[in-house]
Amino acid sequence: MNLPDFDYYIPASLQDACALLAEKGPGAKVLAGGTDLLNKMKHELMAPEVLISLKKLDQLTSIDYVSGKGVVIGSMATHNAISNSSLLQEKYLSVCEAAQHMANNQVRNVGTIGGNIVNAVPSADLPPIFIALGALLTLVSTNGERVMPLEEFFTGPGKTHLAPDELLTGIVIPDNSFTGSTYIKFGLRRSGALAVVGVAVAVEMDRNICKDARIALGAVAPVPMRAKKAEAMMIGNAITDELLEQVGVCASTECNPISDIRGSEEYRRDMVRVFTKRALRKAINNGHV
Amino acid sequence: MQVVVDNNGIKRYLVTLNINGDSYTRVIKANTLLVKFLREEIDLTGTKKGCELGDCGSCTVLMDGKPVNSCIVLAVEADGHEITTIEGVAQNNKLDRIQESFIENAAIQCGYCTPGMVLSAKALLTQNPHPTEQEVRTAIAGNLCRCTGYVNIVKAVLVAADEQ
Ligand SMILES: Cc1cc2nc3c(=O)[nH]c(=O)nc-3n(C[C@H](O)[C@H](O)[C@H](O)COP(=O)(O)OP(=O)(O)OC[C@H]3O[C@@H](n4cnc5c(N)ncnc54)[C@H](O)[C@@H]3O)c2cc1C
Ligand code: FES
Ligand code: FES
Repeated sequence: MNLPDFDYYIPASLQDACALLAEKGPGAKVLAGGTDLLNKMKHELMAPEVLISLKKLDQLTSIDYVSGKGVVIGSMATHNAISNSSLLQEKYLSVCEAAQHMANNQVRNVGTIGGNIVNAVPSADLPPIFIALGALLTLVSTNGERVMPLEEFFTGPGKTHLAPDELLTGIVIPDNSFTGSTYIKFGLRRSGALAVVGVAVAVEMDRNICKDARIALGAVAPVPMRAKKAEAMMIGNAITDELLEQVGVCASTECNPISDIRGSEEYRRDMVRVFTKRALRKAINNGHV
Repeated sequence: MQVVVDNNGIKRYLVTLNINGDSYTRVIKANTLLVKFLREEIDLTGTKKGCELGDCGSCTVLMDGKPVNSCIVLAVEADGHEITTIEGVAQNNKLDRIQESFIENAAIQCGYCTPGMVLSAKALLTQNPHPTEQEVRTAIAGNLCRCTGYVNIVKAVLVAADEQ
């Protein structure tokens, strides 16, 4: 399969990248890992005239702790860089696990977190855990920088608030008091399969009392979503298996899945019930896993 | 990156890739995929094309030591990088122990997946000389084999690791 023709630029600075994006207009697309974009171009689902590669922007691959801010992950960090990051393994193993269990090794060596987010695929594996942890996006254009909660970024399948001349430069997990988090995914195979249902949770526990909880669901609505009613049932309460079952039932009524070749609406809803319960129990008992 | 524009206004890019230790400089269009560059520009046809969508791993090569699917990487993006293809695995006309082990353990049937399998295994054993069975399975999960059922492939990699 061949690719159509396009112009290619590989800017050496973020400033140059932004200037090029602004100059080339809507016919230009950012090229990160290309694992999604190049496939879409092969299928003629997209035909950008210009690709602007971010490969030379080394500063976008870093994963660092910035005091007063939180863990800052560059948008060009690959899935394997995330899963092998000692900083993330120590602070949010849940994030490493989510990155480790998606796609396959070859794709994880190339695909980036930025591409996974900007793609806005409802079943994408990284957004739920980052939404649960309250992550913020840094968006940069020639007009400057803005910060947006990841939770508010998506507007529909394949659609986001990213302006055509904007770049996603980083994802920040702000300092927080969550005591546990996890992402669990159901796919039809263990490797290289998209999520049929993905559930991420983050909890703050004070002994057996839940002080804060976030539940983020993937693949069961047009965009990754929070199950806020289910979260509210937990906050301030002692955790019991009965309560977690009720929270799961509530999350399954809040989501809005479709039926497709990977699973029916009914099946997805029931899996949300089971996985919400299971993910919460895991994060409550085991911390960031 | 140096750009050459021909009489028809078509842009080409000057790239240098280090492939199996040798440097190759070519002037190519940006839409040249790495797999096409290897097979058609350099005549290294050991790298196979299967799905051409990143799913099957037939086109696996190592880029700076890491397995990637060359069907979803642009050759211009490999400029300045080190690529290892299956042709670069044997040294001094001697097969790598992973290749020997594939033969000895009947891990090859039609052979179409083998170049990719061997490279994924090579990258694994370089990084993790004594993997568990689960680690071997994870490392080759992106390499589909329609013939063997994987059992002998996993065995071959484990045997090669034991011999190290
Ligand atoms: C075989 C295979 C298996 C896969 N399995 C999974 C899976 O299990 N789970 C999953 O979630 N995904 C999966 N994917 C999808 C894909 O690989 C990932 O979503 C990946 O993270 C995309 O990142 P990329 O860097 O390759 O993006 P690209 O293809 O480079 O870009 C994707 C889109 O995002 C835009 N973009 C990228 N980075 C930026 C940026 N910094 N600023 C602005 N715009 C940007 C691009 O312009 C493009 O529109 C799979 C893909 C393949 C081929
Ligand atoms: S041909 Fe590249 S992954 Fe299938
Ligand atoms: S041996 Fe035939 S595909 Fe693996």
